[in-house]
Amino acid sequence: MPTVSMTVNGKAVSVDVDVRTLLVQYLRESLRLTGTHVGCDTSQCGACVIHLDGKAVKSCTTLAVQCQGANVLTIEGLAAPDGPLHPMQEAFRENHGLQCGFCTPGMVMAAVDMVNRKGNELDEHTIRQELDGNLCRCTGYHNIVKSIAAGAKAMKGKAA
Amino acid sequence: MYAFKYHRPTTVRQAANLLAKFPEAKVLAGGHSLIPVMKLRLASPSDIVDINGVEGLSSIEVKGRSVVIGAMARHAEVANAQVLQDVLPALAGVPGSIGDPHVRHRGTIGGSVANNDPNADYPAACLGLGATIITNKRRIAADDFFTGMFSTALEPDEIITRISFPLAKKAAYQKFKHPASGFALVGVFVSKRGADIRVAVTGAGSNGVFRVKSFEEALKKRFSPKSIEGLTVPADGMNSDIHASAEYRAHLIGVLARRALAAA
Repeated sequence: MPTVSMTVNGKAVSVDVDVRTLLVQYLRESLRLTGTHVGCDTSQCGACVIHLDGKAVKSCTTLAVQCQGANVLTIEGLAAPDGPLHPMQEAFRENHGLQCGFCTPGMVMAAVDMVNRKGNELDEHTIRQELDGNLCRCTGYHNIVKSIAAGAKAMKGKAA
Repeated sequence: MYAFKYHRPTTVRQAANLLAKFPEAKVLAGGHSLIPVMKLRLASPSDIVDINGVEGLSSIEVKGRSVVIGAMARHAEVANAQVLQDVLPALAGVPGSIGDPHVRHRGTIGGSVANNDPNADYPAACLGLGATIITNKRRIAADDFFTGMFSTALEPDEIITRISFPLAKKAAYQKFKHPASGFALVGVFVSKRGADIRVAVTGAGSNGVFRVKSFEEALKKRFSPKSIEGLTVPADGMNSDIHASAEYRAHLIGVLARRALAAA
C-alpha cells in the first residue's frame, strides 16, 4: 500500500492506503474528519465538497493517491476549533441556513469557493446558479441562498 | 471499485510507454467520467495512468488562425479564459455548461473528447468547428476522430495532448440540458468559416456525435435560421429512452440549430 501524504487543514498528514481509496474515505476513515459527508457517492449532491489546492471539488470523485502533496481544506479547517465560527458558518447559523444539516458542510465549502471566485456581492440568481452542484434534500434552499449572500458580505476583507 | 495499479508519469512519453506495456490500462485525466464508472464496476482497468503530473498540457493560446487548448485544461479554465472570450466565445460557452462548478474544476477537455460520451458537449464543439485532435503520434481531423458511441480513432497507446480549433467567423452552441444531470439531451454546434459550414449534433444520435449535412447544404446560401425553416431530421437512428423519444430528439435538433444560428 502506498503512503499518501498531503496537507489537511494546515497539518501535514501521511497514511498508508489502498490506491482505490477515495479522498472522502481518506478524510473520514483514515483521518476521522467526518465533517465531510458522503451523500449520493455519484458526484451529484455535493455533500463531500472540500477545497483541493484552493478549489472546490467533490471528494467522492477523487482518488486520495491523486492528492499526494496537495493542500486540502475541509469544513473542520475553516475556523479554529476554539475560536469563533467562520463568517460563512456564522451566516448559516444566523439565517437558519440548515434543516437536517447533512448537506451543510458541502454547502458551506461550496459557498466559500463561490465567494473566492465571484466576490463578496452575490445576487440571488448567481447564488442559485452556482449551487448547481449541491443538493439539499430538506429543500431548504431559500435560507441557504440568504445565508450565502450574508456570509459573502461578512467575508469582505477576511481571508477564506 | 476493483483493484488496479497506479502510475503517475511525468512525461507524455512515459505515459504512452505505460499504456503500451499494459493493454488494460486507462488514462486518468479529470476522472469525472472514469472514476464513477470504476466505482460502479462498469470499468475495471488493470492500471491507472494518471497524467495529472505531466507538465505543460494545460495551456490555452492563439496560434495563427486557431486556438490551441491543452488536453488537461479544466472546464473552468477554458470557460473563463479571456483569450477565448476574445477570439471564440462560442467555444468558451461549451465547458461553461458542463456539470456544476465543482465538476468543472476537475473535468478536462482531453478527457471529454477521448471518452466521446454520446451526450457530452465537447465532441459537438470539435466536430462543429472542424477541430484537429493532436496526440503524441499524429494529428487527427475531428471528422475522422469520433467513430461511434464511446469510441474514437485513438490507438491503445495514443494520448491526446492538444486540440486545435480554427477561429470561425460565426459560431454558437445551444443545448437542451437534462435538468438533473446537466448533460445534453440534445446539443447543436453551428459554425461558418469561409465556405466551411458545419452543424454538429450531440446527445441525439444513437451512434454519438454527427453532422447534419442537409442543414449544412441549406445554409450555404445564407447562414441564417430562415434557411433551415421547415427542414427536419428523420427520427431513424436517434436515441430513445425514458428522457426523450427519438422523435422528440429529432425535433429538438431543428429547434436548437435555429436557436444556435440566431445566436451565432
